[in-house]
Amino acid sequence: MSSEQTNIQEPKYINPYLGGVLLGLLVLATVFITGRGLGASGAVKSAVVTTSNTIAPKATEANAYMCQFLSDGHSPMNTWLVFESLGLLLGGILSGIVFGRMKKFRIDKGPQISNKKRLILALIGGALFGLGSQFGRGCTSGAALSGTATFALGGVIVMFSIFGTGYLVAYFFRKFWI
Amino acid sequence: MGPLIPNGVIGGGWDFVIAILLGVAFGFILEASGFSSSRNLAGVFYGYNFVVLRVFFTALIVAMVGLLYFDYVGWISLSQIFILPTFLGPMIVGGVIMGVGFVLGGFCPGTSFTGIAIGKLDAVFFAIGLYVGIFGFSLAFPLFENFFTSGNLGNVTLTDLTGIPAPVFAVVFTVVALAAFWGTMFIEKRVRKNMKQYKF
Repeated sequence: MSSEQTNIQEPKYINPYLGGVLLGLLVLATVFITGRGLGASGAVKSAVVTTSNTIAPKATEANAYMCQFLSDGHSPMNTWLVFESLGLLLGGILSGIVFGRMKKFRIDKGPQISNKKRLILALIGGALFGLGSQFGRGCTSGAALSGTATFALGGVIVMFSIFGTGYLVAYFFRKFWI
Repeated sequence: MGPLIPNGVIGGGWDFVIAILLGVAFGFILEASGFSSSRNLAGVFYGYNFVVLRVFFTALIVAMVGLLYFDYVGWISLSQIFILPTFLGPMIVGGVIMGVGFVLGGFCPGTSFTGIAIGKLDAVFFAIGLYVGIFGFSLAFPLFENFFTSGNLGNVTLTDLTGIPAPVFAVVFTVVALAAFWGTMFIEKRVRKNMKQYKF
């Protein structure tokens, strides 16, 4: 790296191939124990259904989508993916502590955009991801990774659609990152 | 024997404890690999950081080969595990929307949770976006209910579709992954050399 670059020293990450092997073994263990893979967007869906059901129970019951996730016995938060996602957050905190990355709030962004713009884009990107994950029956974890790992056609379709589209549109959004 | 919980080897009461433990491992691996930074993740689309490709594809082939091995030695029956159902049109559209969301937002849902864990404000906004997007989807559901349930092919695997045995797909994915690992090594080096700034 030449001296005019302002690269700040790379944080201490584990080797990506080691990370990949560990993640692969985790998917394997998850399927072996529970019969299905990992997930993330499902927990947000549970949160949506729960808040909606708290604020407007009648409207939630009448909603053809959300009513599928309601049951008389327990709260919509009482699902496997909510607990797994809680663990996901805890695991992130644990790794952050171990590797010294737990710090006060900060923003990652490309060098050419403002903090405000980055946050607005993160919000829009999140909204699109949330919307897409419902059509896709899962996100990168549940559909693309766990789906493809179990040889599900749907998983492969979602994986190629996400990354293929990413590469197709990346050029138009390059100012946001490079 | 496996899957353990559906077959009653491990009692259903342990379900949520196991969920948290597996989640902790998931979060730890993602954060430790650098997935808590949107800058690292977006790098896969611009060639300056292929950590997403390395971790994702390695995980994919390890899990694929592992599952085949477990099936072969009789520890798990592939016919008993959950196969994600395929909804052809909706899944392509969903993937396209997620792809745009990925480049704009710099995260996917799981990675945004690990970003929040270590204090990334952009990850917080991404997760708020997720909530808004799913809420919006739910409210607007009647508008596209027909499309949402269209193209249902059922719980099909690649083997069901093509008749080609699963190990062949595992081999193909492995070869493609190794080639991609090798090729992107050079791309990354070249792109990083020309970058003015890469701040973590």
